[in-house]
Amino acid sequence: TYMPRPGDGAPRAVTLIPGDGIGPLVTGAVEQVMEAIHAPVYFEKYEVRGDMKKVPQEVIDSIKKNKVCLKGGLATPMGGGVSSLNMQLRRELDLYASLVNCCNLPGLPTRHDNVDIVVIRENTEGEYSGLEHEVVPGVVESLKVITKFCSERIAKYAFEYAYLNNRKKVTAVHKANIMKLADGLFLESCREVATKYPGITYNEIIVDNCCMQLVSKPEQFDVMVTPNLYGNLVANTAAGIAGGTGVMPGGNVGADHAVFEQGASAGNVGNDNIVEQKKANPVALLLSSAMMLRHLQFPAFADRLETAVKRVILEGKYRTKDLGGQCTTQEIVDAVLNALD
Amino acid sequence: NCRFFSSVSTPIRATLFPGDGIGPEIADSVKQVFNAADVPIEWEEHYVGDQIDPRTQSFLTWESLESVRRNGVGLKGPMATPIGKGHRSLNLTLRKELNLYANVRPCYSLSGYKTRYDNVNLVTIRENTEGEYSGLEHQVVRGVVESLKIITRQASLRVAEYAFHFAKSHGRERVSAIHKANIMQKTDGLFLKCCREVAEKYPEITYEEVIIDNCCMMLVKNPALFDVLVMPNLYGDIISDLCAGLIGGLGLTPSCNIGMGGVALAEAVHGSAPDIAGKNLANPTALLLSAVLMLRHLNIHDKAEQIQNAILNTIAEGKYRTADLGGTSTTSDFTKAICDHL
Ligand SMILES: Nc1ncnc2c1ncn2[C@@H]1O[C@H](COP(=O)(O)OP(=O)(O)OP(=O)(O)O)[C@@H](O)[C@H]1O
Ligand SMILES: Nc1ncnc2c1ncn2[C@@H]1O[C@H](COP(=O)(O)OP(=O)(O)OP(=O)(O)O)[C@@H](O)[C@H]1O
Ligand SMILES: [Mg+2]
Ligand SMILES: [Mg+2]
Repeated sequence: TYMPRPGDGAPRAVTLIPGDGIGPLVTGAVEQVMEAIHAPVYFEKYEVRGDMKKVPQEVIDSIKKNKVCLKGGLATPMGGGVSSLNMQLRRELDLYASLVNCCNLPGLPTRHDNVDIVVIRENTEGEYSGLEHEVVPGVVESLKVITKFCSERIAKYAFEYAYLNNRKKVTAVHKANIMKLADGLFLESCREVATKYPGITYNEIIVDNCCMQLVSKPEQFDVMVTPNLYGNLVANTAAGIAGGTGVMPGGNVGADHAVFEQGASAGNVGNDNIVEQKKANPVALLLSSAMMLRHLQFPAFADRLETAVKRVILEGKYRTKDLGGQCTTQEIVDAVLNALD
Repeated sequence: NCRFFSSVSTPIRATLFPGDGIGPEIADSVKQVFNAADVPIEWEEHYVGDQIDPRTQSFLTWESLESVRRNGVGLKGPMATPIGKGHRSLNLTLRKELNLYANVRPCYSLSGYKTRYDNVNLVTIRENTEGEYSGLEHQVVRGVVESLKIITRQASLRVAEYAFHFAKSHGRERVSAIHKANIMQKTDGLFLKCCREVAEKYPEITYEEVIIDNCCMMLVKNPALFDVLVMPNLYGDIISDLCAGLIGGLGLTPSCNIGMGGVALAEAVHGSAPDIAGKNLANPTALLLSAVLMLRHLNIHDKAEQIQNAILNTIAEGKYRTADLGGTSTTSDFTKAICDHL
C-alpha cells in the first residue's frame, strides 16, 4: 500500500480549456467523472477559441502556475499554420514532447491485435519551424530545422519513458537516406542516448517502411521516437489501426508543464454533425485524464477512472458513431459513472 | 498511329533494365510470360555498368538513357546503388535525366489473397522531383542543420495535370490532394492552389483536399474512402508504402514513372532483396504487374488484361505461391503457372 505524506492528498488546481467544437462535450465528460470519483483536482476554466490571435496571457499564466492543463481541441483556421493556438501553447510552455498511446482496448474489435505502441514525437522544430518564403514567383521554400539540442532531449525523454514504464524497445523513425544531414543528426542523437540504456533494445526504421509495417505487423513496435512531422503521421496511423483517434489518450509535456488532450489530434474539433447531435467520443480524453491523474501522483484515482472506462468498452453496449455505435457523449458518461467501483 | 491498335504486327521496342539482385530472375519471368502471351514487344536490354560513365556521372550509361528516350517506354528491375563516392544514385540518375516527374502506384486488393483490408482500390500519384527530396541541406552552426523543401508552381501543376488526366482516362471519379497546408502554408499551400486550378478544368471529377495525418488514419480505418490521391514527394513516399502494406506488401505492388514528353518507365517498388537473390525464390508479381502497366500505357489493353488475369488467378487459386505470400513455389514454377493460366 501507498503511504502518502501529509498533504499529498491536497486538491490540485488544473487549468481547463474546453476549446472548440466537440471540446466542451468531451471536457464536460471529464468534469462529470472527476466529480463523481471525488478526484482531488479542481479546474480553473478558460474560454479559448481557435480563431483567437493569441492564447490569452491569463491562460498561459494559469498553466504556468498550475503546471498541468487539460484541453479539448482548438481549431486551426486555414492559414493559421504555426501560429495555431495548439502550436503556440507548445512553444510558449516549451512542451517539447508529444506522447500518444496507441493500444488495443479489450472489447473493441479492430483489424489488428496486440497493438501497444507509444509514439513520442519532437514537438518544437523540424518541419513545423514555420520558416517559409517565396524565392521567386512560383518557387517556395520551407525550412526543416533539426538541432542536436532538441533531438537529444526528445531521445532522452523517449528512453526515460521506456525505462520508467518497463518498455523493452525504442524505435527511431527517420528518412536519413534522403535527408542525410537533418534526419542524420536526429539519428546520431538517438544512438548516443541509446548507449546509456543497455537494457532497452534500440533500432531504426525508415518512415515509409514504418508505415507499411504498421499496417501489416504493428505488434513489432513498442516505443517510437520521431521528428515532428513523421510523429504526426505515425501516431495517426497507429491510432487508426487500434481503433481511431477518438480513443487514444496522450498529451504534450515539457520540463515543467504538461497539457493533456486527445492523443493523436490536438486540432480535432469533430464536425458540425457530431457537435449538434452531441455525439463526440469522450473515451480518448477520459483516458488522457487518467494519465493526468497519474502525472499528479494520484494513482488510485487514475486506476478507478480507467477501469470504469475500460469496462464500458469491454461490455460493448455503449459506443459512439466513430466506433460503429449510436450513443451520445452523455450516454457514454452515464455508462462510465455506472461502471465505477 | 499503330500504337493505338491492340494487335499490331510490327513489334514495339521497349527498354528493359533487369537490374540487380533478384532483378534478373523476375525480369526473366516477365520475358517468359510476354512470350507465352505473344505480346508484340521487343525488349532492348540494358545493364548497369561497373564503371562510371562520365556523361551521366553514374554507372548507368548514356546509351541506356538514350534507349529509354528513343523508345518512350521501359521496364526496370530493382537497382542497388553501389556504395562509394563520386557518382549519383542510379534511381536518381534515371529520375533526373529522364525527368520522371510523377510516380503512379495503383493499389488494389488481390481477390484470393486475403489481408486485413479487402476493399482497397486506389491509385497514388506522387510528385517525384522536388519537395523534401531536393537534396539541399546544410549545417548552420554546429548542432543545427537545415533541410530545404522546395515546391514550384511548374512541378505542382504538371503532377496535378497528370493526376486529373489519369483519373479521367481511367474512369475514376475523385481526386484527393494530400497536404499539410495548415502548417506549411506557403509550400503545401502552393501545391493545393495548383491542384485547385487544374481541378476547375475537370468539372466531372470530384476534387477534395485531405490533411495527411487524417489521411493516414482514414486509410487504415477505411481505405475504400479513396480513389485517386495526388501529393508532394515525401507524403507520396509514405502514403504509397502504407497502401502497399494494406494489400500485402512489396512483392505485389507495381508502379510506373511518367516523364516529360510522355516517357513511361515502369518499375517494381521493391528493392534488390539481396537476401534471396539467385535462389529462385523471388516473387515476380510486382514486376509483372508493372509490365502490365506499361502495356496499358501503350494501349495494348487486351494483352494487359490477359496477363493481369492470369497473375491474379494463379495467386487466387493458391496452388502456386512464392514464400513471401506464404507458399513454397519457386519463381520459375510460379511463372510457369501464370503462363498456363493465360
Ligand atoms: N472524439 C471523437 N469523437 C467523434 N469523432 C471523432 C473524435 N475524434 C476524431 N473524430 C473523427 O475523426 C476525424 C479526424 O480526426 P483527427 O483527430 O485526425 O483530426 P485532425 O483535424 O486531423 O487533428 P490534428 O490535425 O491535430 O491531427 C474528425 O474529423 C472526426 O470526424
Ligand atoms: N519480389 C520479392 N519477392 C520476395 N521477397 C521480396 C521481394 N522484394 C522484396 N522482398 C523481401 O523484402 C525485404 C526487403 O527487400 P528490399 O530489397 O526491398 O530491401 P531494401 O533494403 O530496400 O533493398 P535495396 O537496398 O535494394 O532497396 C527483403 O527481405 C526481401 O527478401
Ligand atoms: Mg518508399
Ligand atoms: Mg529499398
